[in-house]
Amino acid sequence: MNEMERIDCEEAVQRLAEYLDQELDPDGSTELEQHLERCRSCFSRAEFERQLKTSIRENLGSADVPAPFEKRVRLLLKGLVEGE
Amino acid sequence: MTESQRIETEPNLDPGWFEDRVVELLPDLLGAARSLAGDPSDAEDLAADTVARAWEHRGDLRERGRFRGWIFRILRNVFLSGRRRRQSRPVEVPLSDEEGEDRPFSLFERLHQPFLLWWSNPEEEFLNGILREDLAEAVDALPDSYREVLVLIDVHGFRYAEVAAALEIPVGTVRSRLARGRSRMQEHLWRHAVDRGLREPPRPGQRRPE
Ligand SMILES: [Zn+2]
Repeated sequence: MNEMERIDCEEAVQRLAEYLDQELDPDGSTELEQHLERCRSCFSRAEFERQLKTSIRENLGSADVPAPFEKRVRLLLKGLVEGE
Repeated sequence: MTESQRIETEPNLDPGWFEDRVVELLPDLLGAARSLAGDPSDAEDLAADTVARAWEHRGDLRERGRFRGWIFRILRNVFLSGRRRRQSRPVEVPLSDEEGEDRPFSLFERLHQPFLLWWSNPEEEFLNGILREDLAEAVDALPDSYREVLVLIDVHGFRYAEVAAALEIPVGTVRSRLARGRSRMQEHLWRHAVDRGLREPPRPGQRRPE
């Protein structure tokens, strides 16, 4: 197939965030994926941004619970149950 | 009789089960509250309010298996309604969503600079070295309006349109706040990495910096 490259690096970088957020329409995604298959630099960039996004989700999704807070929640529930 | 059938005939969840589930989910609830609120004590209040609200509305929970999704929805609602109250008074530096787009800060581009080439894979090294505290600090440092958009999308997996509806702002504003939030966050992470000696060249005989 002798297909012309539809988008350049600048366009690819511009679309990348929406692509990783799964907000890009199917045509736009396909064009970007075709670019990523051929462009090492944009591919590395996409991998980096994807992993950073994953790291944010995994790290900020949960927190260490301070013991006094767990106690506060248990007391709160005890109060609510007894208050009925 | 299945679990879900049983619960239909038993609208009041027993308190012991409820407490166990809440305590089990507390790290996730507090984590979500922490990143949304941007402040530890506000986060604890938000998580505690969520638990109280959940207990009050426990009759709405149809199936025990859906407890997690259900209580997280409550947490977001409690956050969003608190946010509407806070917005009725002036808070934080006003941010223009229309201001000319300055070039976003790109961590990837910084890591790709020639002086870092003695690292086999600077991006990977950076990602492996990143700590929860670094990310939390970078998110906390964001203005409220950037942080809430970024957290709803990157931590909670909201769609742009869902964030727009929840915060009552146009989708274009979601997009620009998200882009600026990410740019600031990456800049913060970069500065932090530089402070830790990212730029230091390796000493002779040393393969990698410690
Ligand atoms: Zn490219």
